[in-house]
Amino acid sequence: MSRYVIKRLLLLIPIMLAVSFIVYFIIDFAPGDVVDIIAGNEMSEQHKQIMREEMGLNDPLPFRYLRYMAGLLRGDLGISYVTNKDVFDVYMMRLPATLQLATACTVVALLIAIPLGINAAVHQNSWIDSCSTVLGLLGISIPIFWLGLMMILVFSLNLGWFPSIGNDSPLSIVLPAVTVGVGQAALIMRTTRSSMLEVIRQDYLRTARAKGASEKAVIRKHAFKNALIPILTVIGTQYGAALGGAVVTETVFAWPGVGRLMVDSINNRDTQMVTGAIILTTMLSSVVILLIDLAYAFVDPRIKARYMKRGDNLGRK
Amino acid sequence: MEENSVIFDSGLTASKKYKKRSQISEIWHNFKKNKGAVLGLIVLAIIIVTSLIANFVIDYDTKIIRQVVSERLQGPSTKHFFGTDQYGRDIFLRILYGARYSLAIGFLSVMVSLAIGGVLGIIAGYVGGVVENIIMRLCDVFSSIPSLLLAICISTAFGASTLVLMFSVGIVSVPAFARVARAAVMTVVDSEYIEAARAAGATKMRIMFTHILPNSLAPIIVQVTMRVGSAITTASSLSFLGLGVPTPAPEWGGMLSESRAFIRDYSYMTMFPGIAIVITVLSINLIGDGLRDAMDPKLKR
Amino acid sequence: MNDKNLVLNIENLVVHYETEYGTVKAVNGIDLKLEKKRSIGLVGETGAGKTTTALAILRLIPDPPGVIKSGLIMLDGESILKKNTKELEEIRGKDVSMIFQDPMTALNPVFTVGEQIAESILLHEDVSKSEANERAKEMLELAGIPGHRANDYPHQFSGGMKQRVVIAIALACHTKLLIADEPTTALDVTIQAQVLELMNNLKEKYQTSLLMITHDLGIVAEICDEVAVMYAGRIVEKGTLTDVFNKTKHPYTEGLFNSLPNINDRKAKLKPIPGLMPDPTNLPIGCSFSTRCTYATDICREKKPNPRWINDTHMVECFAYDDPAFHIMRREK
Repeated sequence: MSRYVIKRLLLLIPIMLAVSFIVYFIIDFAPGDVVDIIAGNEMSEQHKQIMREEMGLNDPLPFRYLRYMAGLLRGDLGISYVTNKDVFDVYMMRLPATLQLATACTVVALLIAIPLGINAAVHQNSWIDSCSTVLGLLGISIPIFWLGLMMILVFSLNLGWFPSIGNDSPLSIVLPAVTVGVGQAALIMRTTRSSMLEVIRQDYLRTARAKGASEKAVIRKHAFKNALIPILTVIGTQYGAALGGAVVTETVFAWPGVGRLMVDSINNRDTQMVTGAIILTTMLSSVVILLIDLAYAFVDPRIKARYMKRGDNLGRK
Repeated sequence: MEENSVIFDSGLTASKKYKKRSQISEIWHNFKKNKGAVLGLIVLAIIIVTSLIANFVIDYDTKIIRQVVSERLQGPSTKHFFGTDQYGRDIFLRILYGARYSLAIGFLSVMVSLAIGGVLGIIAGYVGGVVENIIMRLCDVFSSIPSLLLAICISTAFGASTLVLMFSVGIVSVPAFARVARAAVMTVVDSEYIEAARAAGATKMRIMFTHILPNSLAPIIVQVTMRVGSAITTASSLSFLGLGVPTPAPEWGGMLSESRAFIRDYSYMTMFPGIAIVITVLSINLIGDGLRDAMDPKLKR
Repeated sequence: MNDKNLVLNIENLVVHYETEYGTVKAVNGIDLKLEKKRSIGLVGETGAGKTTTALAILRLIPDPPGVIKSGLIMLDGESILKKNTKELEEIRGKDVSMIFQDPMTALNPVFTVGEQIAESILLHEDVSKSEANERAKEMLELAGIPGHRANDYPHQFSGGMKQRVVIAIALACHTKLLIADEPTTALDVTIQAQVLELMNNLKEKYQTSLLMITHDLGIVAEICDEVAVMYAGRIVEKGTLTDVFNKTKHPYTEGLFNSLPNINDRKAKLKPIPGLMPDPTNLPIGCSFSTRCTYATDICREKKPNPRWINDTHMVECFAYDDPAFHIMRREK
């Protein structure tokens, strides 16, 4: 199995290189560059050009990119043009806040989604099911930023229960976590429901009932474990999305995380910071996905067998 | 010869008691049974009609853009159903007008995804080999970048405008469509019923149209409906961040961005555009869900 | 038949499925008695109502849409239809067990076979986990699978071996009645023989009664003492092996025997039964078989025949035998 893990980790490298390539070129294409941002309107054009020379920004794009790549391969992500601090350090400073948020959201989401999803599947077509379906659809129809604003309006401005910005107090995480958690819960619930519905039809549940197992045991023990795989997938992708897409939430709640860092860097044309941050975030979500894929092996022995068999079958299509 | 022939009689005629429907009317029949889906369809129809006639009924320059300082920041009233914003513009009219942006961006961006992703996926599934590998690895790379970030990057690079917004939201979904298209092509091409059709003497064209196409369509249609809803929310998120449709256009996300500063005392400004987004996306999702249930033969009760 | 000696007593069982396309009359009043330690084969084509009958005994008919409209089901003297859920859960797997047709899907892929056998034991007997696991291993050995494979998962076994595991699960608690629904249909013929032999041995060892559902008369001949032939939800003929095989009475049974190719007469043409089983939502007014019966007369199409007892053990439902001189073409042996 370690062969499988190593293969997956090695595969990350070309992906990261490709990602860096794409992002670097796209950002570079944007009008204006970091000098414009730092210098502002006061500096003369000549002065700006001198700055660009010094920073090496006037070199042709392929040249700059290769320089960047060289640094990348050494493990050096460069220095933020704006803050002059090491990209890696800046990112790492902001990462814990984002991790906290992502984890809190996922916990909230799971607590809501899994019981609802199982119930909806077991009582298919009843009013419980219809309600859950509508709630689920509602959850993915509400834009996160608007939900955040509404939450702030009700719970912070009107009721004053929770703070609306920053992460100073332990209560600060509640509103953002619930905001994102609800949206995540919707997708996890739908996946739980459809996965359970698939499993509920299976013959081995009939065998379990014929053994005299109680309906509760049939659903919780026999059915759920089999339904887990797609649910784990969704949890993984949601967590990865929360890591990178927390941009909007962090904007609304002024949460000092990585998402906000990236948007600011994009606006500042801080190519080094953006590329570095996106690479790191992508790496992080890829690791999360890898962990989920490993989790599959613990749930479904057939997948475990597949991983052990030949390292070249990576289980994904 | 009598002894050899098998007589099919009462068994078959008895089962003709309930009507057999064509595939499409079967789907429609199942769809109709889903009350939520039908409701979504009605609401969406209303929204579409509104967006189509808005241009003719409401004058853009006077009602949507013009700033009337004397009327600014009024709460909902009979004159202004949803109140006015900080520039005195009627929010209700702006929301009605804004439907055009959301619907257009939603549908067109998905068309972009479908066109690019669908073609890539079909090529990958049909041709296979190195081409398939390259396409799939590219998809992996693009989908490992968190989608909102990718859209933000593209929008930043090419400037904030409706067109760019459509494109960047569309690009984000390309990998998903490519995968679905490829999977659909692959499963159908390998199916036993294709072999059976070939064994029975069907020509390649006939196989393509009567077997492969209808069966590949269903997952693609489902993806399309699912993605339109999320395209609209993503687009409004981008506008909220200032990277979408530029002001003063009455796009719902942009309206929400502007309303932030006034949330404490003029909360109605924040409520209504958001509700508009929710209703629109919810109806689309209800339709999509209903379509998916209606098209899945396994779920026939 | 002495009622005390009956492990299974079904009287006038009626089971319908209420669907949006109409009411499917799956089982239309059947009587079935099985003595302890005996085995009976329930024979018929697909759709005859055999599986529904079996599921009814375990009260596993999906409800909705299935409804047990009327009847009596006594398992070792206790009425099944009067039991509540908890009591049924105690009975299933312990007093009556069922094994199903497709071994490939009958086992839960995420648990080891040992765990699945042990679960049956743990559900019904007050033993420790380790003891249950030990007994599970023993059952596995009895079923012809090495005990150390108890820690393997279902996907690591072949179809035949999976079916052995299924049998091991069913008999783990030494059940009184084993219902087997086409247990060998999905298996190769050679494996079929092995599985049947296993069932026979375990049946002897634990003195279990057997209700064998099958469409294969050969299997009935090998493993059963009695036969009941089912058609369109009714038992049209039943009796001992000798009664039904050698002194066949019902035209449908005759048709079943005729459908078997005769290895001794290679030149003879195949003789299928003409027509199809009637639509269960729209059964004929008279005898359900009248539409395909070569001996049918007017009364057959107008009224339903009642059970007629030829002797103590042999029953047939057919108007033709109102005429004492009547006999079908298949002669007594």
